[in-house]
Amino acid sequence: MTEDIIVKTTARLMTPFIQMFGLYIILHGHLTPGGGFQGGAVIGASMILLAVVYGLEEGEKRMSHDLSTVLESSTIVYVLIGFIGIAAGVNFLASGAAGIPLGRPGDLLSGGMILALNIVIGFKVASTGKTLFYTLAKEDEG
Amino acid sequence: MIWLIDLLLLLFLIVCALEATRNKDLLSVVIIFSSYSLVMAIIWQQLNAPDIAITEAAVGAGITTMLFVAAISKTSRWEE
Repeated sequence: MTEDIIVKTTARLMTPFIQMFGLYIILHGHLTPGGGFQGGAVIGASMILLAVVYGLEEGEKRMSHDLSTVLESSTIVYVLIGFIGIAAGVNFLASGAAGIPLGRPGDLLSGGMILALNIVIGFKVASTGKTLFYTLAKEDEG
Repeated sequence: MIWLIDLLLLLFLIVCALEATRNKDLLSVVIIFSSYSLVMAIIWQQLNAPDIAITEAAVGAGITTMLFVAAISKTSRWEE
């Protein structure tokens, strides 16, 4: 935690824009470069920035460990979406062969299940990056 | 003329890599490694791999730098 007003103000002003950029990368994963992992890493980096500047307790208040646990567990949604392919009679995670449209360039909602998979991976990677830093930076409890 | 900028970036990359192995101050090495990752992100973009560039800028320059700093704060700053 720092007392420098320049660092504090810059972090407070930049964090919403960094997180918005990460959300943009996640949501446009099937249209432009990037995807779930890249956008999730950007969002996780913004959470680490908040934790470095305002201290671990403040960051824990913004996003608690229980919320991280829920987000990590949401990966089960990924597996359930993958079973759509098997339910349609083709391979696990199959999209085009199962009759789901593969998307048109420039159309956000035309990607079928790729958008949902990107969102799940984005949340997972963001909370993983945040949890990695918190686990390493926290004071040892005995 | 763009090849000149690419050449400068690659030379900077080599200097960063050599200095990171030579320096005994591990906190300086972490900062040098962070700038290495940032220049590497620009080079990935020049190699027409923009998604790798985003990953390198977020993970290489952001997350791993803070992980290294946290690890150094738990151990010693100077290499023996």
